[in-house]
Amino acid sequence: MRDLLWLVPVLPLLGALANGVLVPRRATEKTVAWIACGSSGGAALLALGVIADYLRSRSPQPFELPLWEWMSPGMLSTSGAGGAPARLSIGFGLLLDPLSVVMLFVVTFVGFWIHLYSVGYMAGENGFRRYFTYLNLFLVAMLALVLGDGYASMFLGWEGVGLCSYLLIGFYFDRESAADAGRKAFVVNRIGDFALLAGLFALAGRYGTLQFGELGARIAASGEALRSPYVLGLSFAGFVALCLFLGATGKSAQIPLYVWLPDAMAGPTPVSALIHAATMVTAGVYLVVRSNAIFQLAPEISALVAWVGGATALLAAGFALVQTDLKKVLAYSTISQLGYMFLAAGLGAYSAAVFHLATHAFFKALLFLAAGAVIHALGGEQDLRRMGGLSRKLPVTARTFAIGALALAGIFPLAGFWSKDEILAAAASSGVSGHWALYGIGLLTAGLTAFYMFRAFALAFLGTYRGDPHAERHAHEAPRTMALPLLVLAAGAIGAGWLGIPTALGGENRFGRFLEPVVAVAGTAGTPTEHAISHAAEIGLMTLATLVAAISIVLALRLYRGGPVRGEAIARRFPRLHSLLANKAWVDEIYDATVVRGVWALSRLAARFDGAAIDRGLVEGSARATLAGSWVSGLFDRHVVDGLVNLSGWLLDRLSLSLRRVQTGAVSNYAFALGLGAFLLVCLYAVWR
Amino acid sequence: MNPEASAGLGGLWAIGTEHYLGLSLILFGIGLFGVINRRNLITILMSIELMLNAVNLNFVAFSYQRGDLAGQVFSVFTITVAAGEAAVGLGILLAMFRLRRTTRVDTANELKG
Repeated sequence: MRDLLWLVPVLPLLGALANGVLVPRRATEKTVAWIACGSSGGAALLALGVIADYLRSRSPQPFELPLWEWMSPGMLSTSGAGGAPARLSIGFGLLLDPLSVVMLFVVTFVGFWIHLYSVGYMAGENGFRRYFTYLNLFLVAMLALVLGDGYASMFLGWEGVGLCSYLLIGFYFDRESAADAGRKAFVVNRIGDFALLAGLFALAGRYGTLQFGELGARIAASGEALRSPYVLGLSFAGFVALCLFLGATGKSAQIPLYVWLPDAMAGPTPVSALIHAATMVTAGVYLVVRSNAIFQLAPEISALVAWVGGATALLAAGFALVQTDLKKVLAYSTISQLGYMFLAAGLGAYSAAVFHLATHAFFKALLFLAAGAVIHALGGEQDLRRMGGLSRKLPVTARTFAIGALALAGIFPLAGFWSKDEILAAAASSGVSGHWALYGIGLLTAGLTAFYMFRAFALAFLGTYRGDPHAERHAHEAPRTMALPLLVLAAGAIGAGWLGIPTALGGENRFGRFLEPVVAVAGTAGTPTEHAISHAAEIGLMTLATLVAAISIVLALRLYRGGPVRGEAIARRFPRLHSLLANKAWVDEIYDATVVRGVWALSRLAARFDGAAIDRGLVEGSARATLAGSWVSGLFDRHVVDGLVNLSGWLLDRLSLSLRRVQTGAVSNYAFALGLGAFLLVCLYAVWR
Repeated sequence: MNPEASAGLGGLWAIGTEHYLGLSLILFGIGLFGVINRRNLITILMSIELMLNAVNLNFVAFSYQRGDLAGQVFSVFTITVAAGEAAVGLGILLAMFRLRRTTRVDTANELKG
């Protein structure tokens, strides 16, 4: 069964091929939907089988399935470590270890249900086929990302998901804002990818390989040597870790590269659920956890990761408080939760980060899909101020949304509670300086999260309807293909956390133990499964976090159940804070004024340089030089070459003129010449005999 | 007809090869002079015949001196060719006369450069 691992990404690839190329244009939506859901569902079932097989073997040994050699040794060689030449060898293959098992399950499981949901959501849209082609293609790339057995194959998937993300954000490309958002996402991601590539080149240059297994062994072998200064005052490990983290901030929307994710909501809502909440944006977290051996050797960069994560979590939660667009609330929430994961990863609690990643995938996908159901029901309305009282019309959606929100808020015993507790406990027990500040940030963010989620819930589902009465009459509960994924994901949002019940509450933290072989290398921040604080203290922290969340929920419900009026009154009391948050701290404007303008100015400068130096200088200059050269060459031709020709002609002419006299036409003259010639010949014979 | 036979005549007036050659030279010179100096085509043809015969005389003289008949055979060929030459020459002369009503070669000088 394990040997069929390669088939998991191939199935959706076939689906994408079928829908994108092979199926005739007149095929019905039903055919397209069956192909897309069939291939992703098949991949999910196959993945389950592979995972089950892997778990049954109970060996911590990762299962490797090398497929082919991408770059054979000798194609490229690098200077290598210490000047010894290393021959670059890059393979392409699949790797199944505890970390990729988790990612594989999340990607295929959530991916399949979102495919199914999309069938109902996208029904009747233009570009139905295009949508499912891209969605299947995304699954392929995401599977390559999480299953790749080296940084090279991972990078292939990394760029693939970036491409699919771009294509799907700009799915409604006839809307300029959507096209712009797609471009923005792509360009911002490229900035991160540049750093990621630099890090990968550094690794490949030093070790000559990018395979996880070999690289891990060699990094462990070089150990302390990696801490010696390399560039920019960083050690080699620090440099690589910084590059990888910068790449991760692009993909996972962290400060300073988070700006693309809110705009990415221009895509269809199931896309936001799959790509921009559950799977692709967690690739950065996956990257950091996958590279934990390097990050552990670079404590200063790990601290940076933690602080950037914390800052992003808090800032994005603040922005989410004042958003009026339902999807934007969820987008900022996603950024905030990703910050949480980085906070954990930076503190060395890698398994907590992955745990939160997995639970977050369930409840955030659920929240997006429920939001999609609301938007679908209201015919495209996304503004929270024009909703309200929808729980009567959409009971299933309202309940599943509430479950997702409770899970996100971290209410016992839903999924978010366990993973959030893991992170907060890791922050509290970490040995990193300033960890109590990070814990405070985490706690505050937890409170804000609970508040903004229930603000959104109250505005959308409670109170009275405030929008267009015509739209309310048409509002309808989601069709079955949409409701089923909601229910399944709601079950996941409730139960996914039970895999990782901590020892403090009588569980075994099976999730943490499962991941141990991947993340527990020479513990720098304590073993990931056991915290340095006592069980009593841990229970105390949990109670505190839950209390904060519960109070925030109650507060939000009381403030907003009657509509946005009371909230707006509070906003008027703190105009500065409100405008700071509502305008997203003007980050977009600042980027626009500095980076974008800067690039524009640089481009204009380059254009002017092009016009002056290249076009006028080089191209026209060479033309002029050619003209001048031709003129000189023409002169030479006319006067020297033609002159020689004319001279020879003139000489021949003269010679002929003088020789023509000989031809008198008189036969007797010729006879005389003949005789004379004969005589002379005889004389010559006589003389030289 | 061998050298002993001719020597048999003996004496001061004995005719040797050199006499034939001298006569031949004189005849050839007269012929050449005629070809170059005369304007009448008939005279020129006759002068050519004279030159040919001078050559024939040469052939025969040497043939006699060396006792080799090849020279006489050659002169017979020459006479044959000379007959042809005379025929062609007279043909040209007739054609020229019909065209120009004259046989003076100095009037036929249009092929000059």
